[in-house]
Amino acid sequence: MSDNNVRKVAINTTINGQEMDILVDPYVSLLETLREVVGMTGTKEGCNDGNCGACTINIDGRIVDSCLVLGVEAEGKNIETVEGMATPEGLHPLQQAFLEEAALQCGICTPGFLVSAKALLDNEPKPSEDRIRHWLAGNLCRCTGYDKIVKAVKKASD
Amino acid sequence: MVSKEKKSNYKIIGTRPIRHDGYDKVTGRAQYGADIKLPGMIYGAVLRSPHAHAKIKSIDTTKAENTNGVFAVMTAKDLPRLTDKQRGNSEESGSEKHLSENVMALDKVFYKGHVVAAVSANDVNTAREAVKKIIVDYEVLKPVINVDQAMDKDAPILHEEFIGDHLGKKVKNTNIATYNRYKIGNAEDAFKNCDLVVEKEVELQTVHQGYIEPHSGTAIWDEDDRVKVWTSTQGSFSNRDSVSKVLSLDVSRVKVTPMEIGGGFGGKIPVYLEPIAAVLSKKSRRPVQLVMSRTDVFDASGPAPGGKVIVKIGVDKNGKMLAGYADIRLEAGGYPEAFIEAAAKCVFSCYDIPAMDIEAYDVLVNKPSSAPYRAPGSPQVAFATETVVDEICKKLKMDLIDFRLLNVAEKGTRTALGPKYRKIGLKEVLEAAKKSDHWNSKIDNKPSNGKLRGRGIASGYWFNIGEKSAVNLSLNMDGTVILTEGSTDIGGSRASIAMQAAEVLGIEAESVRPSVVDTDSIGHTDVTGGSRTTYATGYAAYKAAHIMIDEITGKAAKIWDIPENEIIYENGAISSKTDSELKMTLREFADQNPFGPVVSSASVDLEEAAGGFGTHIVDLEIDPETGKTDVIRYTVLQDVGKAIHPAYVEGQLQGGATQGIGWALNEEYFMSEQGTMLNSSYLDYRMPIALDLPMIETVLVEVPSEDHPFGVRGFGETPICPPVPAISNAVNDAIGTRILSTPIKASKILKTLKNI
Repeated sequence: MSDNNVRKVAINTTINGQEMDILVDPYVSLLETLREVVGMTGTKEGCNDGNCGACTINIDGRIVDSCLVLGVEAEGKNIETVEGMATPEGLHPLQQAFLEEAALQCGICTPGFLVSAKALLDNEPKPSEDRIRHWLAGNLCRCTGYDKIVKAVKKASD
Repeated sequence: MVSKEKKSNYKIIGTRPIRHDGYDKVTGRAQYGADIKLPGMIYGAVLRSPHAHAKIKSIDTTKAENTNGVFAVMTAKDLPRLTDKQRGNSEESGSEKHLSENVMALDKVFYKGHVVAAVSANDVNTAREAVKKIIVDYEVLKPVINVDQAMDKDAPILHEEFIGDHLGKKVKNTNIATYNRYKIGNAEDAFKNCDLVVEKEVELQTVHQGYIEPHSGTAIWDEDDRVKVWTSTQGSFSNRDSVSKVLSLDVSRVKVTPMEIGGGFGGKIPVYLEPIAAVLSKKSRRPVQLVMSRTDVFDASGPAPGGKVIVKIGVDKNGKMLAGYADIRLEAGGYPEAFIEAAAKCVFSCYDIPAMDIEAYDVLVNKPSSAPYRAPGSPQVAFATETVVDEICKKLKMDLIDFRLLNVAEKGTRTALGPKYRKIGLKEVLEAAKKSDHWNSKIDNKPSNGKLRGRGIASGYWFNIGEKSAVNLSLNMDGTVILTEGSTDIGGSRASIAMQAAEVLGIEAESVRPSVVDTDSIGHTDVTGGSRTTYATGYAAYKAAHIMIDEITGKAAKIWDIPENEIIYENGAISSKTDSELKMTLREFADQNPFGPVVSSASVDLEEAAGGFGTHIVDLEIDPETGKTDVIRYTVLQDVGKAIHPAYVEGQLQGGATQGIGWALNEEYFMSEQGTMLNSSYLDYRMPIALDLPMIETVLVEVPSEDHPFGVRGFGETPICPPVPAISNAVNDAIGTRILSTPIKASKILKTLKNI
């Protein structure tokens, strides 16, 4: 695909509150754009086909698997990734709860879980266990058995 | 001789501090295998065999080489040819030749996805397009994809030159790489004296470890023939050893920097891409990075052996076990090693049986070369044994826990491979199970929703290896301590190792700063595997901390000009036995110490920690309309020795149980007749999701190990062993029929229910 006829496309987008202009090949995913073009590797690739949720990001208030979105589709969008969750004042309550509840083991799925869970709490401040499990069904974790992740989300919502 | 900590009122051990590496992991800063970016780095891609079994007649790389943007192309001809010399690492075995040819096939491919060539190019998409231009002429052969096919007398032979070991005899033209037999007592005679003998055969499909981070490899081969590797591995030293062997370099010419690891469960012990990245780097004069796709991970890495296991147990009329027999046939994949010795060690591990006879076969099949998966070999045999135990209890109308207690393995019980157990805690686990809320709760067998409910129980075991670890400590001028170690932190081991040093030094867990460093920066440390890390590397940290205290007291004696034996070091403070005026905190000492840096190092090479035993209880609910099974309550009880950081111990128990639940109910390599995996995506290889599970209750039973100063014994692997039989026993409780092949999926249950 290094066809010289394929021109890079100039994109204007906002990532974690920062507006930026980037050049992307029209065939690469937003996941690859974030990791390889913007240099933000907090968003992880687990499957590259929309089944594991490790690359979950938030676009204009909706969570998506960034491997299923093209980089050029970021034009004019407001994107949030795990790197944007903590503020100068400190960690997001979900990040703090994940640490306190030992809700991560290897940690590769953690960015995706945090971005997914934040979208849930942004819209539903007090979700039930069942609701949390439904909402997080698109994020795979192979280490924890989900128990401590569900408890951490519950704790952050209290 | 193990030095013992006398006190048990620990200050740090048993608490739940935030793990040191946690902040990087919740903010996205932590760097995993594919996150490393080097200046001038280019990308690689590999060509994989579409066939499960084929001879490579020729490879034409001309078109790939002539593609714009391509730096280099490699085939197995670019690798040195290695011999049949056996490797002898802790969790790795097999010949050097097989190690190399699993990285890149020479003249034959043994599984679909076997690498045959590789390309480096200025971007990953160019590399991927270029490999497609490589032309390989294959002579396709008939594959063998399970133990029955492979052991058939007319089976196609995978390795024509390979010599198998059958009870010490050298055998040619066989797919049975190894056939072993282990005997204790005379089982044949003992069976004749039994009042009841129960025999069951179980079958297991291949499963995958399923770690979320795919394999990667990044390397530079420099002008001085030194190779630097960055990778996600369970063992940087074992990785260095493998890379140096494949490249025929002295180990000191290879430096491996372990990145954060996104799961492994045993599957990130082998090398796949690292030697390829190194050779491409040499040919390209650039750093090269390769990353597997998810399909590659399923097709060509991992899996845990499927196979068949027969177990027969004989008891007297009171239920006392007199004899055990097992026939274990496990799939090694394309190269030998299906962990049959571990399986033999585990099959009767929970019971005191005077006479045992175990036959075990390591069987070559056309599937990826199997890798360890959490207690390798043990879940497979636990399925058979715990099914037989369940059936004996039914036949004798004995309580499922009382029967296990009657036959329980204890300190002094002789194991199938010979040695007697040291202090173990299965009895305590079973007693805890008997008292547990779950076991004492009633299960409503006829719920109003019309579903079928059942309860199952099963035990499991892993032997917990020891091996080599090294730790360095350095005292900072502010009284905190830097700890460097070589154990990849796969689930909180930085914390559990630092906490052991902190306990000895009498300082906070946060005051010890642990780092996992590269192979040039620490003494040899074996893999994070075998449930050894908190035990062995923690032991090295314990020793290093004691050496550091000796350093501190020596220097403090010089500061105060008093004899060293008058110095007391306690709770992170230094004082004098004779002069109550002389006192300083560790921080004050560190700040004013004029006698040079305070550093210490220690290493260990430990024997196996006494084994870890667990018992699981499961309640499940089956929809008779669809055959779908839901786990509605699950309890893990396990002897964990001494829990250093209980939250991460619970996490291991919950995670291991969940992998076992997936193994029992859903997961399998669904193979075509051509030997290709048809479900090589997470959508089709269905691992448990949050919605599938209840909370996983844990009961930490603490029977301290006699082999570690704090009583640590491994605990990470045991929890994957009981789930398959516990669930199978529960399914039998619910529908009255045993389904003795994994996965116990909806279609099998439905078929069983409709035939009833």
